[in-house]
Amino acid sequence: MGKRVAVVGFGQTKGRSSRKDVNGVEIINEAVVAALADAELTIDDIDAIVIGNMDHFEGINYVDSWSVEGSGGVMKPIFKVTTGGTTGTTVAMCAYYHAASGMFDRVLAIGWEKNSESDTTGAIITAFDPVWERPNLGGAIAGLALEASKYMDNYEVTERDGARVAVRERLHALNNPYAHLHQEWMKGMEVDQLVELLVTSEQNQVLAYPLRMSDMCPRSDGAAAVIFASEDVAEKIAPIPAWMVATANRHNFALAGDVDMDRNTTMASASKAAFEKAGIKEPLKEIDVCELYLPYSYAGLKWMEDLGFCGYGEGPKLLWDGVTDMDGELPVNPSGGVMSSNAIGATGLIRVGEAAIQIMGKAGTRQVPKDVNFALATGFGGCYWADVMLLGKKKPA
Amino acid sequence: MENNAQKKDEQELLTVSSGEMFQPYDWSVGKFGSKFLHELKENKKLFGSKCPKCGRVFIPPRKVCGQCYVAMDEFVPVSDEGEVYVCAIIQFGFVDPETGKQRPVPYGYAFIKLDGADTCLTHFVDSVDPEKFKVGARVRAVFEEKRKGSLMDIKHFELVD
Ligand SMILES: [Zn+2]
Repeated sequence: MGKRVAVVGFGQTKGRSSRKDVNGVEIINEAVVAALADAELTIDDIDAIVIGNMDHFEGINYVDSWSVEGSGGVMKPIFKVTTGGTTGTTVAMCAYYHAASGMFDRVLAIGWEKNSESDTTGAIITAFDPVWERPNLGGAIAGLALEASKYMDNYEVTERDGARVAVRERLHALNNPYAHLHQEWMKGMEVDQLVELLVTSEQNQVLAYPLRMSDMCPRSDGAAAVIFASEDVAEKIAPIPAWMVATANRHNFALAGDVDMDRNTTMASASKAAFEKAGIKEPLKEIDVCELYLPYSYAGLKWMEDLGFCGYGEGPKLLWDGVTDMDGELPVNPSGGVMSSNAIGATGLIRVGEAAIQIMGKAGTRQVPKDVNFALATGFGGCYWADVMLLGKKKPA
Repeated sequence: MENNAQKKDEQELLTVSSGEMFQPYDWSVGKFGSKFLHELKENKKLFGSKCPKCGRVFIPPRKVCGQCYVAMDEFVPVSDEGEVYVCAIIQFGFVDPETGKQRPVPYGYAFIKLDGADTCLTHFVDSVDPEKFKVGARVRAVFEEKRKGSLMDIKHFELVD
């Protein structure tokens, strides 16, 4: 079964639309230095490194060796993993597997991106099939608008429902000093008033009908680093380590046109497998906080249903009832989530790090006001594939 | 004055542009892709491949049904008419990496379930009217006059009343 493994340290840079003061190697370094300080370790304590980004955005194809001075990988085993949008969570999984193998005690996971360095939509298109998809693909915004069109048609969901997700994420982001978007003007306004403003304001430009600017994630420059430790050392490093309880990932189709748009089948299958392994029968009751890779607003409705938090078509009710707000039964994205910060290769890893600090009690102004025994992190990418990681306070049996 | 003083201390932060880089590729499309493109170019006909196990018809055709993990060897004709499965009206501008130019907006974009196929072809639709261009709308392929053996030999799809 392998060794039990926990997160013992987390560092991240503040998301920004452009960080011209640092190159890629230097922004990686900022996150690593922060994670080492958080765990009170030095680079000499690190036994192996897993690093990832989505190469298309910077056009640099050998990041593992190119970044070795910033990552701390000089004369160490270092492995590059890249899986598109899920890169950050897949990097976390690989670091976990390294530590679980018993061959490395302390493994550093790094995810980063400088989305300012290219046209994000153009670069995303080059990740798809060159013959059958690239000629007419419209990147992530178009792809997600397609999904929204089906979900809205199936369940009579409205633009107000989507806007309510955006409002939650942006209000939560105000508590997170590392979030890229801090929409201070939202402070003190009622939720209904904000929703109304988002769906009626002409300034809130339609990008791809039915999606407006406020429905989408930003494009950010940023980096994150998470330190995984085996059971032999984890409790010596962190007073409350965040244990890896279960993880699963699923890929289904290769071409986007093959995807079943009625349901997010990969997210449903991966989460079901993870919950079964953890013995979780009622996810809404048993999971205490979520850091979900929700790249756009309607994912905060439909994918909640696929994760088993409510029935099909019940996502809007769960949301409007306030269940997923900071003081709700299941706070979702206390960090403000992907819709408030999206340095793509770092994004999934930030979900894992944010889930971990909720368990460790180190989330500061964004710490949820309740006991956290289970925290769920997810990743989403490309052709609707899914990564799921469940973290827990109790050391697994 | 303050700005000037700042500039003395801090130099402007620079970026270096990649320039007009262009790296051509020649992608193999295999036996299945070649059949599809030949029929499209020469006869304005569309073909899929049928899985011997689950019976699903895949378009564009390919060798392996990933769900069953078995080889396909049957080509089946697929209609040039079908239904909009999911759709979007794209209004934001971006650089098309195929051409290096801004893609003209707005335009309709959809996954189209052609009659006789179980998967969708992704393509442009010649409508930006959300009242008419929506999930379930009927569409028909419009072919280019001069065809080159590419997916874009279908110019776009048009709404059928
Ligand atoms: Zn099959």
